[in-house]
Amino acid sequence: MSLLERFRSLAHPGAEHVEDAPFVRLRGVRANYNGVVALEDIDFELHGGEQVAVVGPNGAGKSTLFKVIAGIHPPSRGTAQMRGSDPRGHICIAYLPQRNEVDWRFPVTVQDVVMMGRVSKLGLFRRPKAKEWAIVRECLALVNLGDLAGRQISELSGGQQQRMFIAQALAQEAELLMMDEPLNGLDAPSQDEVFKILETLKQRGVTVLVAMHDLGLAARRFDRVLLLNRRLVGFGRPPDVFTEDHLRAAYGGHLQMVETPEGTLVLNDTCCDDDPAHAH
Amino acid sequence: MPMPAWLLDPLAYTFMQRGLLAAVLVGIVCALVGTFVVLRGMAFLGDALPHAILPGVAAGYLLGGGARGPVLWGSLVAAVFTALGIGALTRGARIKEDSAIGIFFAGMFALGIALISSIRSYAVDLTHFLFGNVLGVTASDLWLIGGLGALVTLTLLAFYKEFMVLSFDTRLAATLRLPTNLLENMLLVLIALTIVIALQTVGIALMVAMLVTPAATASLLTHRLHWMMTVAAGVAAFSGVAGLYLSFYASIASGAAIVLVCTACFLLAWAFQAGRARRQAAG
Repeated sequence: MSLLERFRSLAHPGAEHVEDAPFVRLRGVRANYNGVVALEDIDFELHGGEQVAVVGPNGAGKSTLFKVIAGIHPPSRGTAQMRGSDPRGHICIAYLPQRNEVDWRFPVTVQDVVMMGRVSKLGLFRRPKAKEWAIVRECLALVNLGDLAGRQISELSGGQQQRMFIAQALAQEAELLMMDEPLNGLDAPSQDEVFKILETLKQRGVTVLVAMHDLGLAARRFDRVLLLNRRLVGFGRPPDVFTEDHLRAAYGGHLQMVETPEGTLVLNDTCCDDDPAHAH
Repeated sequence: MPMPAWLLDPLAYTFMQRGLLAAVLVGIVCALVGTFVVLRGMAFLGDALPHAILPGVAAGYLLGGGARGPVLWGSLVAAVFTALGIGALTRGARIKEDSAIGIFFAGMFALGIALISSIRSYAVDLTHFLFGNVLGVTASDLWLIGGLGALVTLTLLAFYKEFMVLSFDTRLAATLRLPTNLLENMLLVLIALTIVIALQTVGIALMVAMLVTPAATASLLTHRLHWMMTVAAGVAAFSGVAGLYLSFYASIASGAAIVLVCTACFLLAWAFQAGRARRQAAG
């Protein structure tokens, strides 16, 4: 790419969406992370507008899978496509950070963070005008943060911070939204708030992938789940995916099945041992 | 209201007029670039990079027989080369970023000292490069500071929102398909250019203070990026002026005086911030 082209790419038009192409399609994907094979033989398709929980033990490759789909970590083998083309050409993919990855002291307000989603739409050398700020306000209203637009981001609660990033994805006009452990460290009411907004996203036709640890929550809240442990262990309706064979394949020795009078209880002790927010 | 004599008296000297103008201009450019140095956690680079341009300065000095022009071009080439070199080395990811900076920084600085020690009267000249001499600024230096400073400032403002996204969330920048490597290299080159124009004012050893202290001071007092940059520029300009007056009346080195005023501003802001936090906790 010439220097001029690279400068022009600061104002990005986004790739064409091919009619009838699958929304997201991975074929034989292998991806390395820090020299280790993190994903192998991954094949699946996502339908536009569906919401899928991605579950698996720590180090299963959930984040790497998201990076491959987002086009920021090219697979070493196989192909990833969004709507018929390389994801690297698309500006409608949002991959929200985990809350512990964010510098909350950064000098920005809630509305500034949401406005960042508009940057590639705005284009080079353009400042946001009244029309752009109206879009930002609209997105903040959709996630019930209208009143906090002018707050510095560290003043928000965990649930509000998560909703702020969803508003940023809305401002980006994202058609695919990926969230890495958005429920970590949130209390039950805040989790409910996030699920309420996922419902809004469903109505707007946004495709959503959520990486999470809690298998029960995934089964209750999502129509489809993707069980991952380096390879794709299962993908489909929760009762079809969360079978004993699949769970053993994914969690191995870390999983304990306890027979109780009420049924089988699955204990997963790999969860969160490095995450103080989840310390028991 | 007439200005008091103690304010006016130093202005009778041309070297003070030029020095003040240079200190203010350099301070503002350093503060604007320094905002991103602070936000991206690049303070170590901000210390290393000025040291690493010493061989460029020395080579320019040797080749040009002490003339200003070659020294300047030498430092410019060394600054840009080192900035991009550190960028390339750290992206390889086989060496940790701070180790890469440390290696480059010490190696280049040693080369610079080796070159300078081959000049006979090196003790005097080394001090000059290390600590700067803003009162020795010439009219042509001022033009250079103004020109390069304007270039750096306009580039920062033109790519303001891109640099903001890059600094806040690199992954967002990538999914928005901003050219992250290009932007990172641009930022490194802007830091390198800033160092070249600040060389005369505070010198190599104290440069990091000009990049970091005003921006860090502003970060304690502001909650939005454009305000942080504005306040940082204000703190730096004030420190430049107050520092030179301090230097004039107390007969201390100009670069050191500027940095001392900067540091005092930071401590005041820090105390103010700590007091406010305590009041909030109490009530």
